[in-house]
Amino acid sequence: MNILLVDDSKVMRNIQKKALAALGDVTFAEAGDGVEALAVIAQNPAGFSLVLVDWNMPNMNGLELITKIRATDKKTLLIMVTTEAEKDRVLEALRAGANNYMIKPFTPDALVEKVRGTLAKLRAA
Amino acid sequence: MSLTAAAAKGTIDARLIMPFVNSTRNVLQTMLGLVTTIDRPRIKAVPAPEYDYSAIIGFSGKIVGVVVVSFRRETAIKMVTAFAGEVVEPDTSDFSDAIGELANMIAGAAKKDLGAVASISVPTVILGKGHIVTRPSDIPCMVIPCSTEAGEFAVEISIKQA
Repeated sequence: MNILLVDDSKVMRNIQKKALAALGDVTFAEAGDGVEALAVIAQNPAGFSLVLVDWNMPNMNGLELITKIRATDKKTLLIMVTTEAEKDRVLEALRAGANNYMIKPFTPDALVEKVRGTLAKLRAA
Repeated sequence: MSLTAAAAKGTIDARLIMPFVNSTRNVLQTMLGLVTTIDRPRIKAVPAPEYDYSAIIGFSGKIVGVVVVSFRRETAIKMVTAFAGEVVEPDTSDFSDAIGELANMIAGAAKKDLGAVASISVPTVILGKGHIVTRPSDIPCMVIPCSTEAGEFAVEISIKQA
């Protein structure tokens, strides 16, 4: 599985990498904001199976990024991983095209379960 | 003195404080496995943060002001190591990044419980003793002293409902 981690915190991306290594055969790409993420996606024509997206980032936030990705790509699994915990924010992200939503703080196990659960749900659909 | 009583002695609304107490405990327990003891809160009169390193987060919208999470240097080093799962060289960009992310989670979780539509800024981190943070002059600053096995830090709240 090819995973793109988008978060302006390098430490947070490393935490996510360590947690998601539990999924098995995974490779990671990283971006520090939405603009960088779009460039990484453009440079990888094979695409990503999963993109984890932080909300609050400089240059381009996660909501804008998800909207831009979904304008051309309905397939890639997108999960918002953020401190934005209000119900309205969750709904906003899901309406923009996120497949699921993970609120920080989280344990590594909770992140892995969120990804596994989202994958299973999509496969069953 | 309870948090509510302490807040009542100043002019800050206790309902703006408790979400930060709860979010601080939750973030440190979840991300670092640390139990946080909350000490007696007080109104802060001087502009300098409590400790050496500060992560500053601005609030805008229906809640306005700033929140500063201020760490003793030794505390920050232990917490960043626990957070990152590895030793991070102090006074580097990765170190600032980790401190900022912890503060971001504390502020973000508190924002939900504040129950008002507000946005928080990307954190700004200052490393070094003796720095001064300029806060809104019309909003009192409440300091919540916190202690953990990793050491002391403080959450300094200068926010109000817009």
